[in-house]
Amino acid sequence: MANREVVRPTLLSLFLGFAHIGMMSFGGGLAAWTRREVVQTRGWLTEQQFLSGYALSQLVPGATNVNLAVFIGTQMRGVPGALACFLGLTALPVAIVLGAGALYLGTHGGNVWVGVALSGMGAVALGMNLGLGVRLAIINLRRIGPALVTLCIAVGIGVLRLPLPVVLAVMMPISLAIAKWGRPV
Amino acid sequence: MIATLLKLFWLFAILSMLAFGGGAGVMPDIQRAAVETYRWMTAKEFLDMFAISRAAPGPGSLIVLLIGQKAAGLPGAAVSFVAMFLPSCLVVHALARFWHRAGQAAWRETVERALAPVAIGLTFASGLALMRSTESEYVQYGVTIAGAGVFAFTRIGPLYMLAAGAGAMLLARLMA
Repeated sequence: MANREVVRPTLLSLFLGFAHIGMMSFGGGLAAWTRREVVQTRGWLTEQQFLSGYALSQLVPGATNVNLAVFIGTQMRGVPGALACFLGLTALPVAIVLGAGALYLGTHGGNVWVGVALSGMGAVALGMNLGLGVRLAIINLRRIGPALVTLCIAVGIGVLRLPLPVVLAVMMPISLAIAKWGRPV
Repeated sequence: MIATLLKLFWLFAILSMLAFGGGAGVMPDIQRAAVETYRWMTAKEFLDMFAISRAAPGPGSLIVLLIGQKAAGLPGAAVSFVAMFLPSCLVVHALARFWHRAGQAAWRETVERALAPVAIGLTFASGLALMRSTESEYVQYGVTIAGAGVFAFTRIGPLYMLAAGAGAMLLARLMA
């Protein structure tokens, strides 16, 4: 794997990159936007580095996409990098949400049609995240073992509603064993 | 006022540490606390705020700003923001440093390979859980599934997809 130290992005480009992610992600779907920006457009991370960071961000409690920004920022430039990514991702959205909240609290209720349009955007954003899952699965799950790990986690937590720590306590060792002793991809 | 700020701080600091797998998982707990326990807002107001925070750019967990704003004005929003994000960011930061120091170690390579299918599984799991908790109409399910297909298999820009989703919901409501 290429040594990433060579192309360390500047603090400003980290801030701007994540500001771009934050502003494009109407209705959620941040993971999809983050991968597009960080892996495809800017090449700061390889696909595998992004995926492992994304997994760790989901495993640590808290908002996944904020975690991911801090994780990437720390990897790239330590504490200042983490701050640049966090502020980039949240600064403008915070202002927009506060503004929308003030409007909403001022008008006592808001417009019904706006609510309907918002629910449609939310539904699409949810679909984008699922679609990202499909894309990542097609690219990364080329063997039966890892594919079964993904399936068990998706069904166990998403359908059977088993607690996440329990599912991971079972599946993570299996996934590690496959990664260590399974045939290389 | 001070008492409300302290309640906000504790609520979100604790919930952020319990939000395994993402902020969406503790949304029902936030709803219960804000509506039933502390009576900061009605159930409808909570759902409206949920919609606003989901549709606005940025992380959906910014809903804590709206709850803090309703409960205690701008100081409430500020306290909620810090309580929600500071603890988990410190944990991730420590983890990222550790990860970075591992460099090209063989075990890191193995763990990264093991984490890939986990990340993809969790992506599906949280998507399915969110569908169940936030969507109630067939049109919404349809829009979500269509969005997933379009995103996975075409290069159509996400902004067009968002506009189409909003249009589909408006059309469905007009015809209902």
